[in-house]
Amino acid sequence: MKGPALTAVRAGLVSCESCHLVSRPARADEPGFCSRCGEKLEIRRHGSIATTWALLISAAICYIPANMLPVLDTTTPSGSEGDTILGGVAFLYTSGSWPLALLVLIASVMIPLGKLVSLAYLLISVQRGSVKNSHERTRLYRIVVIIGRWSMLDVFVDTFTVALVQLQPLMSVAPGQGVLFFAAVVVLTMLAAESFDPRLIWDSVDSCEPVHG
Amino acid sequence: MDARLPTDAVACPDCDLLQRIPALAPGGRAVCTRCGRLLAKQFTGSRDLPLALTVTAAIMLIVSNTLPLMELHVVGRFASTTIAGGAYEMWMQGQRVTSALVAFCALIAPVGYVSFMLVLLIAVRFPSVPPWAGEMLRWVGHLQVWSMLEVVMLGILVALVKIAELATVDPGIGMYAFGAVILLMPAIAVNVDRRELWRRIEWMEAPR
Repeated sequence: MKGPALTAVRAGLVSCESCHLVSRPARADEPGFCSRCGEKLEIRRHGSIATTWALLISAAICYIPANMLPVLDTTTPSGSEGDTILGGVAFLYTSGSWPLALLVLIASVMIPLGKLVSLAYLLISVQRGSVKNSHERTRLYRIVVIIGRWSMLDVFVDTFTVALVQLQPLMSVAPGQGVLFFAAVVVLTMLAAESFDPRLIWDSVDSCEPVHG
Repeated sequence: MDARLPTDAVACPDCDLLQRIPALAPGGRAVCTRCGRLLAKQFTGSRDLPLALTVTAAIMLIVSNTLPLMELHVVGRFASTTIAGGAYEMWMQGQRVTSALVAFCALIAPVGYVSFMLVLLIAVRFPSVPPWAGEMLRWVGHLQVWSMLEVVMLGILVALVKIAELATVDPGIGMYAFGAVILLMPAIAVNVDRRELWRRIEWMEAPR
């Protein structure tokens, strides 16, 4: 491509995030609402970096109790026992279904951790004005958005286990405190991914385009 | 100042590059020339297909939420549950926030998504598209993000395997309907031409 890339912001236009209608706002600092779908128009997501950091740090804090506290409490006549997420993985592994154990391990431990690290990397690289690996960083962002929902898996597993195993006095399962923190990690990282604006990755590229090529 | 620009002008949602969508061959796709994001797709399916899929999904969604998803038998005891039953039990056990979240992602968002889509697809068949159609299509997009039925399905399967260690668990009738919903949801998503829907909505609001 010759010369600096023509982006909507350079042309004084704003693209609706919901219906993708491109329009020319009357005032650039206050674009108002989309004339087609009524969505609030923003040239870049408002306070994207600060909001994403706030949500990400909250998620990272919740990640610790989510893994330390039990997500399920099993009560039998012989006593009560708490199971953490990793305990659940170990249970599935020892009961012979290692593919499911691996699945839960990926969805509950690796995906949330991967999201925290990936979003932190994206934020830091944008704040440092990095122009390298823009394609890869955009792809990383898309992956984070797509796979984020899968970490809700353990919350659903716990819900249906609790719903079904209510066989007092033989055996009953109650949700533990960990499940709340775990659900918080999933929701906070999903919201963090929603508040991060991938166009910021390309803004650094645009601002030094004539030099860069 | 007239803010209206050619409808084929788009700014890439991922990198903000302004570009025009060329005329596409049936089944053709347009991707961003800079970052490779899919910008548009020329749909080939029948105009009635999205509506047919959505009607089927609505019926299956009702069946899967009213009949038991799974049943448990142990020493003469019997228990069964549905999605709403799962959220209710979590609420009764004191995990109210988690219960609300499960209810939203597994019940409210998918039901909202399918019913809004149904109303929308019927509404755009009339010669004049109602003014609330744009607002509704916007909500469809938001609800889709939080509708996690495929994750719920996997969660149920893992729970079944875990409980199978302790008791006999069988999938209920609702489970088969739920399986159908899981297949129908992505089928709706790939067959509904949102660009075409948005284009129709815009034309109807233009004369105001």
